[in-house]
Amino acid sequence: MTQRGRNALLLTPAGLWLLVMLVLPLLVVFVFSFGERGAAGGYVPAFTLEQYANLPARWTAFKNTLILAPLGTIAALLIAYPLAYFLAVRCAPRWRTSMLILVIVPFWTSILIRSYAWIFILGGRGLPALLETIGINDVRFINTPFAVLVGIVYGYLPLMVFPIFVSLDKLDKRLLEASADLGSTPWRTFRQVTLPLSTPGVATGCMLVFILLMGEFLIPAILGGGKVFFVGNALVDLFLQSRNWAYGSAVAMTLVIIMLITVSIYMKFISRLGGHRDDVSLM
Amino acid sequence: MSVAIQTIAELRGVTKIFGDVVAADSLDLAIGEGEFLSFLGPSGCGKTTALRMLAGFEKPTKGEVLLDGQVVNDLDAHRRPVNMVFQHYALFPHLSVSDNIAYGLRQQRPRIERKIISAKVEQALETVRLGGFGPRRIWEMSGGQQQRVALARAIVNEPKLLLLDEPMAALDRKLRKEMQIELQNLQRQLGITFVLVTHDQEEALSMSDRICVMEGGRIVQVGSPRELYDTPRSRYVAGFVGTSNFFDATVTDASPNHITVQMASGRQLHGTPEIPIDTGQAVCVSIRPEQIALTRAERAAEAALPVTIHNRIFLGEHTEYLARNEALGDFLVLVPRQAELNEGTFNAGEQAFVSWDEGALLILEK
Repeated sequence: MTQRGRNALLLTPAGLWLLVMLVLPLLVVFVFSFGERGAAGGYVPAFTLEQYANLPARWTAFKNTLILAPLGTIAALLIAYPLAYFLAVRCAPRWRTSMLILVIVPFWTSILIRSYAWIFILGGRGLPALLETIGINDVRFINTPFAVLVGIVYGYLPLMVFPIFVSLDKLDKRLLEASADLGSTPWRTFRQVTLPLSTPGVATGCMLVFILLMGEFLIPAILGGGKVFFVGNALVDLFLQSRNWAYGSAVAMTLVIIMLITVSIYMKFISRLGGHRDDVSLM
Repeated sequence: MSVAIQTIAELRGVTKIFGDVVAADSLDLAIGEGEFLSFLGPSGCGKTTALRMLAGFEKPTKGEVLLDGQVVNDLDAHRRPVNMVFQHYALFPHLSVSDNIAYGLRQQRPRIERKIISAKVEQALETVRLGGFGPRRIWEMSGGQQQRVALARAIVNEPKLLLLDEPMAALDRKLRKEMQIELQNLQRQLGITFVLVTHDQEEALSMSDRICVMEGGRIVQVGSPRELYDTPRSRYVAGFVGTSNFFDATVTDASPNHITVQMASGRQLHGTPEIPIDTGQAVCVSIRPEQIALTRAERAAEAALPVTIHNRIFLGEHTEYLARNEALGDFLVLVPRQAELNEGTFNAGEQAFVSWDEGALLILEK
């Protein structure tokens, strides 16, 4: 078999999978988005832009997603970076593995159950009750954007920690000594050496979390209580409740397009930021 | 050779303990301004620890580190006027060659003007013969070039001490030779004090004004390369600085300047001591291979020992023989080309005699 043939063979399973599970369904959604809703729901073939014209009706879902997904990503980054830094740079090697396991432990329980736990923590008898004891009354967390934000940051934190940990772990610690040796204070060493060299991890983590957050529906459904909903929730509603497949398809296509645009802008920005590729060895 | 006039750095009873390992054991050493000093020893002898304490990466457990007469134990690395060339260079991969070199200058406060920085960087690049390489990326540079960048990055700051941690370890032999000459020239040209750490005796011998030989966290002997070679104090030093033939012996007569020792075989030899010696003391005698004369029976001196030739290796300017004496064992003999031309080549299995001047026999600590 030729090299080309072997390469084709390697790509076949994944290619087929993508074709059947992603490309074809996406095509279906694309076609549906120009159709109409049948009398009893579902889809009737047509060619109309009516569904897209109706998009502003779902503006709130888009607004919530477009505010909370980036905000959640940034919040996760701000919490994950110091943690990853501690694990990779400061933590004694003999503790590192156990600490890393602790980061993954939450994944052993379903996100559904963990999100329910947050209902109790943020609900009336949780944090607000605790705050009342110190005289802060009438605080509401549950079913607010804040609750959703807490939920998504909590749920996606490990996905942010790991890529950053890996890039910081790979960072040659002698570079930090070299920087100190050349007269750089610890803070400047962080800004001029550690941070730039960990951008690949930060970029990967942010991308991963952001893309997943754009499609999130479970956490807003549980912690937003129908008040704070994402595009994902709108889709569940349109496809499963009101059975307006054509309109649902238009909303889905719009989300895909927004995602493509933001991600490609983001990639451009990142590749300009990190002039060097991290596949280049330090030697 | 520059002579140490003024002390620029000093270790006073410096001890460093990691856990239960004593990495450096009460080191006392004064480093003179403008000298080229090497710490020589095998890995784990404490030489790197000594260097790192000078750099400020490690704090002594006991004792004092002085720079320019000031105790700097508590001065962080980034505040010390000392720069280091790291073993694997530790160049910043995200910065260009120029930015790497400018890094130290840019950390200085008050800030240095951009124009001055770029002029200094250019000059440093010229000094290490990398003019025009400034905009390059680090990974576009070869190993030898990277080493020059590391050197330029350190010297551009005009440090009081330039510390070099096994800087040639990653270079091939030919490049290493070139760099040794270049480093030496650079040191004379800049007048900066160089402190080198190496396990390569050839490197230490060829470049240093003084060598500090270390073993097990202690300084065993400090001296010029010639002193260490000619008058090593112990078997360890003699073995580390050059090669030698060693034999165990017991002192039978300890007159000043003339010592008689008795070998295990009962044979008596005479030599000069480098250390205070008592009668009855167990010592080690050393004879350098190039100080042994290899002769045929008819020309042999009275005191010559009979040997059988076992092996011959032609090295160009020298021929190395392995000769065996029944009672004493193996001798490594280095015969210069000229002597060999006079005496003729010896073949394996041939009988010959070895002899040496009395002064060549060194009596050392075991």
